[in-house]
Amino acid sequence: MSSAAASPSLLRRLIEDSRSAMGMALVAILVAAAIFGPMLSPYGPDTADFLATLAPPSSAHLLGTDDLGRDVLSRILAGARVSLLVAVASVGCALVVGVPIGLVAGYRGKRTDAVLMRCMDVLLAFPGILLALGIAAALGASLVNTIIAIAVINTPTIARVARAQAMLVSRLDYVKANRALGFGDMTIMLRCVLPNTLSPVLVQASLMLASSIITESYLSFLGLGVQPPTPTWGNMLKDAISFIDQATWLAWFPGAAIFLTVLGFNLFGDGLRDRLDPRD
Amino acid sequence: MKMLLSRILSIIPVLFGLCVLSFMLLAMIPGDPVTAMLGLDADPQAAAALRTKFALGQPLPIRFISWFGHLLTGDLGRSIQTGRPVLNMVLTALIPTMELGLVALIVSLLIAIPAGVISASKRNSIADYSVSLISLAGLSLPSFWLAILLILFLSIRLQIFPSSGYVPFLEDPVAAIQHIALPGITLGVAMAAATMRMTRAAMLDVLNTDYIRTARAKGLPRRGVIWRHALRNALIPVTTLVGLQLGQLMGGVVVTETVFAWPGIGKLTVDAIFARDFPVVQGAILASAVLFVVINLITDLLYATLDPRLRRRL
Repeated sequence: MSSAAASPSLLRRLIEDSRSAMGMALVAILVAAAIFGPMLSPYGPDTADFLATLAPPSSAHLLGTDDLGRDVLSRILAGARVSLLVAVASVGCALVVGVPIGLVAGYRGKRTDAVLMRCMDVLLAFPGILLALGIAAALGASLVNTIIAIAVINTPTIARVARAQAMLVSRLDYVKANRALGFGDMTIMLRCVLPNTLSPVLVQASLMLASSIITESYLSFLGLGVQPPTPTWGNMLKDAISFIDQATWLAWFPGAAIFLTVLGFNLFGDGLRDRLDPRD
Repeated sequence: MKMLLSRILSIIPVLFGLCVLSFMLLAMIPGDPVTAMLGLDADPQAAAALRTKFALGQPLPIRFISWFGHLLTGDLGRSIQTGRPVLNMVLTALIPTMELGLVALIVSLLIAIPAGVISASKRNSIADYSVSLISLAGLSLPSFWLAILLILFLSIRLQIFPSSGYVPFLEDPVAAIQHIALPGITLGVAMAAATMRMTRAAMLDVLNTDYIRTARAKGLPRRGVIWRHALRNALIPVTTLVGLQLGQLMGGVVVTETVFAWPGIGKLTVDAIFARDFPVVQGAILASAVLFVVINLITDLLYATLDPRLRRRL
């Protein structure tokens, strides 16, 4: 498990598998777009050109312009940054909160496990997007609140995966041996249990990046995520509906960006699962 | 029987937790919730009335007990906007949502079961690879994008289906089917992707069992073995997934109903959020979550009914 994670050949094995290689390529494009987007963008994402409104794709505007004459390509590149930021930050927060909960529940068991997991069950009992909507509605629509909402819906799944693995590892002989040697619970959890719970958690986290990007786009599409003028793929699609019969490119390209990005993370996550968690 | 009862009783703490969380949504509003609902320039009398109504001067636990007491009598409060009882609004919205869920389920099964069976029975063929690729693409497809593309092609270009609206089935069945087609396909495709994968995996497991080998050795036609003997057992785990997906559908309907102006629970929630009608938001989210838990419970019980080994344990 952890040895597989630490294996230097993991990356090579992922690249050798055509599906995960394709996933990694798509993810790499997203990361490049997010990092180098401002340098690659031919125009500013909010730069309006009222002489070129709803212009179809051309050499001047490769993916066309929207109703305010803003360059669609530049906005998609800027949207990549928002999508990646929300996905990474929300999954990161879920890991920071969920892993300790799962670790403690799985290691301590009994009442601690029952209390912590019932709390997680309540969160899991809500359909994810509805809970995110409720949180976004209560806290208000913004980038930070979008991250919080998505982190809250991701946390119970991370905690469940970490708990299952922690329960398994806690029963192994080397953990019992450490206990017999007099090491404290905290030391055993951090040094012995945690490193061996990480592989399935990381696989789950990689798949969650995909679902987080979709949830962010849902929230933005509904007007409850990141607010305009910050461009996101979701709010670009929301705007596209009004001009669907005149400017189809406004719907095609942001949607394709979400689809390819999510496909990339799903392919990568599937590949990672096959390599790190072959029992699945 | 004991297990059945304990499974039913196990949802009580979860339902209570859902109530706490739904209540907390209102308590989570930063600052003054009344200002958040009515705006800064609200009439002071209306603001004071609302403050009294929600007992905002009271400590949080007291407010929860009062809210929970009303909830137990079926009182979810009244809409700030329309004054209508929230329970009535939620129940009215649930009918179109359930109709949509049923159509989505039919669409997804019509796509997923044949595709999953063909994929498993022709393992490593072009058909198998195509189904795997399509299911992965389906899982990655944002449903609102699919909705927009369906509107573009089937509604605007080909003018086969209307792009939005709802007609009750009993009022005009033909118009009802036309109106439900696009949202039903949108949700159905999203559900089909995962069901396709599960059907394939379950069929592969079953096709490798001894009784299938025996059936083949006896000379039964291949098609009959696959569709009559293997599929029946492969459908047991698929049922669980379909049940879970029906629950998840409660989340998926939010976007689909908004795009197609479908007057279900999802659209009710989104409209209430924008109107800052928090009693309706609270009630709609709680109703969706309760439905989600109940569907999961029914799925568990159905699973036990389908699998004779589990039935004996019940």
